[in-house]
Amino acid sequence: MKENAPDPGLYDYHPYNARAKVAWPEGKTCAVWVAPNLEYYEIDPPIHPKRNPWPHPAPSVVGYSHRDHSNRVSHWRMAEVMSKHGFPGSVSLSVALCQHHPEVVQDGVDRGWEFFSHGIYNTRYSYDMTEAQERAIIEDSIKTVQEATGQRIRGWLAPALTHTTRTLDLLAEYGFDYTCDLYHDDQVQEVKVAQNGPKQPLASIPYSLEVNDHYGFFVYNMSGREYADTLVRQYERLAAEGEKSGTVMCIPLHAYLIGQPHRIGPFEEALEHIANDGRAWLARAGEIVDCWRNQVR
Amino acid sequence: MSDLPQGYTSYPKRREGYDHDLFEWSNIHQRAPVRWHGDTSVAVWLCVSLEWFPIVPDGPFKAPGHMVTPYPDYRHYTARDYGNRVGVWRMLEAFEKAGVKASFATNAAIAERYPELITAIQSAGHEIIGHSTDMNGTIDSSLSEDAERSLIADSLDRMEAAAGVRPKGWLSIARQQSFHTLNLLKEQGLSYCCDWVNDELPYRFTNGLLNLPLNHELSDRQIITVQQKSADSWGESMRDAFDWLAREAQSQNSARILPVHLTPYIMGLPYRIGALEELLGDLSARNESWFASGQDIVDAWESQQ
Repeated sequence: MKENAPDPGLYDYHPYNARAKVAWPEGKTCAVWVAPNLEYYEIDPPIHPKRNPWPHPAPSVVGYSHRDHSNRVSHWRMAEVMSKHGFPGSVSLSVALCQHHPEVVQDGVDRGWEFFSHGIYNTRYSYDMTEAQERAIIEDSIKTVQEATGQRIRGWLAPALTHTTRTLDLLAEYGFDYTCDLYHDDQVQEVKVAQNGPKQPLASIPYSLEVNDHYGFFVYNMSGREYADTLVRQYERLAAEGEKSGTVMCIPLHAYLIGQPHRIGPFEEALEHIANDGRAWLARAGEIVDCWRNQVR
Repeated sequence: MSDLPQGYTSYPKRREGYDHDLFEWSNIHQRAPVRWHGDTSVAVWLCVSLEWFPIVPDGPFKAPGHMVTPYPDYRHYTARDYGNRVGVWRMLEAFEKAGVKASFATNAAIAERYPELITAIQSAGHEIIGHSTDMNGTIDSSLSEDAERSLIADSLDRMEAAAGVRPKGWLSIARQQSFHTLNLLKEQGLSYCCDWVNDELPYRFTNGLLNLPLNHELSDRQIITVQQKSADSWGESMRDAFDWLAREAQSQNSARILPVHLTPYIMGLPYRIGALEELLGDLSARNESWFASGQDIVDAWESQQ
């Protein structure tokens, strides 16, 4: 982006009603992808000058152990209902989870899930990183996930959604295909990145804050049933509009939230609704970006 | 903009297992099965917090529910104490009517100040769990180890003097501990704490103390006060949780716990208590349920390890 410019210059304006239709496979109208955040939060991380990870001096017991619930209990609950209804995961991964709890990462591999980077830990923030530090976390992510899963990562969701002005340019330079950090659209869009050398495009795939389970439960204070109803409404609208436009719906999840015993049952009903509807293309993030890219070239 | 120190991107605890040695990792779905009393599969653990908030807040941090307005905050002092004077008596009656046993995580000051309440709890056969001195008795790593040791010992000594019983279980205020807490609880003769919400069965810390997870997401404080849901919505969530846990227990041939964390000044209000009574009626009629105190659950789990 342009440093200190009022408009960061991330994309051009393309009105929703004046676009060529994006066609999904088999006439599906809405590409639905599920993004489990498989994360590791450190118990006693270094404190970033701009953001303190925890509300109490370490150990912040509820904050830490709530997130650890994912890696002991709720990951499998969430993953089982996804697999049962045919939803592959595209994992936003704290890559250090490959070291701490390889069993969780392997479970995603065994289910055929795609992995992209969500930083090293969700307790390390990118604000004010030097270029060398930022290159280091990108290279670390590529190497760590390659070794643990055999996959070359293609996407990025910034750790704890923290960025620098050079992040997106670096992702393009390293050959990434998509970012999940921009929330300006319901379709895949081109991101404007610095082009030094050969052209390396970067796409923005719709992730979502609004139907992210974290927002559902802790910003909008929904019950499990209200959140499930929100997902169904979001899907119904996007699937209807997608007949003309070709839409994308992301369901971003955290097992320690959606996998709680009072929420997982209603969530499974929402997945079942979407899977049985017939208009949804249940896909991985990379497949959606590829399908779109092949139509805009 | 100033650059981050180089050390910000080094990771000395990046290794297999946790970045601490307090307990070991384990996947609940791969453990040896457990069963509860009478071959039931879902232990329903009612845990009531009995809290006395001094009108002048103090301690390392302000406990949830503590005073809000400039001194003197009559509004919150009295609204909290309503739970101890009225709300908890409604709960005791509801428990008696449903024929169920509960745990009461109790400030030592409650036992000293309201002996009639302690007598009623004990004569009904409920369990008392240590819950610090009063709601100024919070713990975090800003306390010295000695100060924390004194706080825990003082709360247990005062509880024993007032109630004639030394608790075996412990709930920290806001479930917040320091890195010394687990060892200090062990040193004071406690056998379990309820603070770590990372599991849905008991597990053992490295030092031998047990954790009995008291899910904060299922508490009336979280659902009603923080998320501002109705008592009926709370009841619906608890039923959804029970149903899921019963199905999961059956499919894994194991058992689960439904922790129901209650606060008298929240759930004991006239317009909410009915939702608790209905829930107790429904769940106590289910074949899968075993209403048990924290100590009962810990004992049952330990006997199968």
